[in-house]
Amino acid sequence: MNRIRRALVAALVICIARPLAALAAWNKDAFGAKTAGDALKSLGIGNAAPSKEVTIDAPEIAENGAVVPIEITSNLPGTTALIVVIDNNPFPLIARFDFKENALPFVKVNVKMGETSEVRVIAEAGGKHYVATREVKVTIGGCGG
Amino acid sequence: MAGPMKMRATLGQGFTEVRVLMTHPMETGQRKDSDGKLVPMHFIQNLTVKLNGKTVVDAQISQAVSRNPVFSFRLKGGAKGDKIEVAWLDNQGDSNSTESAVA
Repeated sequence: MNRIRRALVAALVICIARPLAALAAWNKDAFGAKTAGDALKSLGIGNAAPSKEVTIDAPEIAENGAVVPIEITSNLPGTTALIVVIDNNPFPLIARFDFKENALPFVKVNVKMGETSEVRVIAEAGGKHYVATREVKVTIGGCGG
Repeated sequence: MAGPMKMRATLGQGFTEVRVLMTHPMETGQRKDSDGKLVPMHFIQNLTVKLNGKTVVDAQISQAVSRNPVFSFRLKGGAKGDKIEVAWLDNQGDSNSTESAVA
């Protein structure tokens, strides 16, 4: 009886634990924040020091806000993460990339922009944060339809 | 049903460039359909890049990444034949992955 019960409990634990393990982490609070400040606070990022070693390559004027190509890089040694924030988007946090030892802190991606905004990239290196900012002007927004 | 993915991994100067394309609507939840109803949010939340079975990039993304996302990543070193795997998971529990060898 005891053995059966133990087997059942074990099976139950496996059933519950499996899907939980399969679900990767997604920071709901940070991504749901409506201001850049709240998003960064949820990510535990306080004061980020401006740095020329963090670069953002983006068009000065984006004609179509639905597809704005951005290329981000950090030349800071020991960069472990890059975070992208677009201040004037309804949900400013766009992405967080975590890099393990075999990846270079570089990403190229297309993003949507609702209107003209500052694009901020924050690099995490040695437990400290560094930021680069760049304004992108948008002629036609890409959030509605 | 998850749409197709395309990936190309090529040797650059001192790094391997991984370019991956995912087929996904990336609905923001703010767009209205032709009947004026809001289209529910449907977007990729997690993205993982693996090199020879080891995770090298772990990304969390929002609905503000453009439709049919295209990403480029750069990996240190790398050699011809190294196995690259990219997998994604969206907010509705859908997922897909693709793998290819460095050329």
